[in-house]
Amino acid sequence: MTESNYDEIMQLLCDRLGSLTNSESQVTPETNLISQLSIDSIKLLNLIMEIEDTFDVSIPINALTDIQTVRELADLVYKIKSAS
Amino acid sequence: MNLLEKLDASAAARIALLPNGIGAFGIPIEEVYSATEARIGDRRVLLLGTNNYLGLTFAPECIRAAHEAIDKEGTGTTGSRMANGSYSGHRALEREFADFYQCSFGMVFTTGYQANLGTISGLVGPGDTVLIDGDSHASIYDGCILSGADIIRFKHNDMADMEKRLRRLGDRVETTMIIAEGIYSMLGDQAPLAEIVKLKNTYGGTLLLDEAHSLGVLGETGQGLVEKTGLLQEVDFITGTFSKSLCSIGGYCVSNHPQLEQLRYVSHPYIFTASPSPATIASTRAALELLRKGSHLRKQLWRNCTQLYAQLKEAGYTLGPDPGPVIAAMLDTPQQALLLWQNLLEHNIYVNLILPPAAPEGKSLVRCSVNAAHTTEQITYVGDTFSKLHKLVCSYN
Repeated sequence: MTESNYDEIMQLLCDRLGSLTNSESQVTPETNLISQLSIDSIKLLNLIMEIEDTFDVSIPINALTDIQTVRELADLVYKIKSAS
Repeated sequence: MNLLEKLDASAAARIALLPNGIGAFGIPIEEVYSATEARIGDRRVLLLGTNNYLGLTFAPECIRAAHEAIDKEGTGTTGSRMANGSYSGHRALEREFADFYQCSFGMVFTTGYQANLGTISGLVGPGDTVLIDGDSHASIYDGCILSGADIIRFKHNDMADMEKRLRRLGDRVETTMIIAEGIYSMLGDQAPLAEIVKLKNTYGGTLLLDEAHSLGVLGETGQGLVEKTGLLQEVDFITGTFSKSLCSIGGYCVSNHPQLEQLRYVSHPYIFTASPSPATIASTRAALELLRKGSHLRKQLWRNCTQLYAQLKEAGYTLGPDPGPVIAAMLDTPQQALLLWQNLLEHNIYVNLILPPAAPEGKSLVRCSVNAAHTTEQITYVGDTFSKLHKLVCSYN
């Protein structure tokens, strides 16, 4: 995995989260999924399935327990993709 | 925000749904008259929101068995199965369930919720994987979380999606449990079991099927989807509940794998709780006997299901894909669903209201549960009332 892969993951997350939440403000790496985007659990789980398919990886939903920001989510996806 | 204030947001959302003071969730039922009628407030209502699929809540055989058990063994066991809570009735019911499914081993749990919680968390653990349908019941999700295994979801009943995720697991499939349900509780649709078994046999894995809503409903003797599809021997573990077709409370797991017996020593939801009361076990045993011989009840149930499904479809409601005892009308907004629920109650019909995120695909559901004791006239009245309310509900923004 390279930096460009990480950027690709981050860009996808920001784009998809922005469209899922219809938020006025821009989604950035530091955006908090819960307190700022108010994304509900089902939407988040469905987004994870989409990411799994885009990057051909398995992301256990229990790995999301400690995820709060978009950056933390991107780090998790990057880590799993790198190990696959 | 302190610990308790975190609950205020959900409380505010719930209160917003109570403009006329009638609580859709946890509404008190003051008196129960029969398997199909009860009193809510000062209304005598038709019960279309229970899981009493075979209509056996007042079966004389079950009531008599419960009375006798109380007289002989008292009101409760006051202990866990591991200690003083394993009576001869508990063991007998386990043998009867194993026999019913032609399996070697059977276990009884205190609730259906705990049957899934205890079976899943006992069989899989950290480092293992569970591959579950996205629309799985909360007891399955919670069992998976308790297990510490990696949880992977596939899209509801989407076999191409399931295959993709199985393939990605590679060698990990050896320690993977696949979990599906006979009938899904939200939309009432059935798992494509033949295709799931085919994928399991191609890629590997251990299969658990939850027959909570399909026990008593599907198959000649009421085993569930395994009997309807003729795939009993292909499923590794079957779980289910006593609180629907069997009209009591409790749960079970059956299997031909001897490892099931080890759950008695490792499964916390089985060990660290009081065992079911003697009356519960006795009425469940009597109900299981009625269920096995109840093909006439299943025929009546399916007549009722087919009629109501057709009436609601004709009225213009969007329904789940399969007719069955769970028939859910899908509405676009929570407000429409609440309006329909309230109007049905004003017409003396009680159904279930299910709102996002509990309902799939962001929809709101007004869910009917049909049973074998409903008369044709009752079903017709419910269908006609839904039909009458369709325009009002769908034009509401």
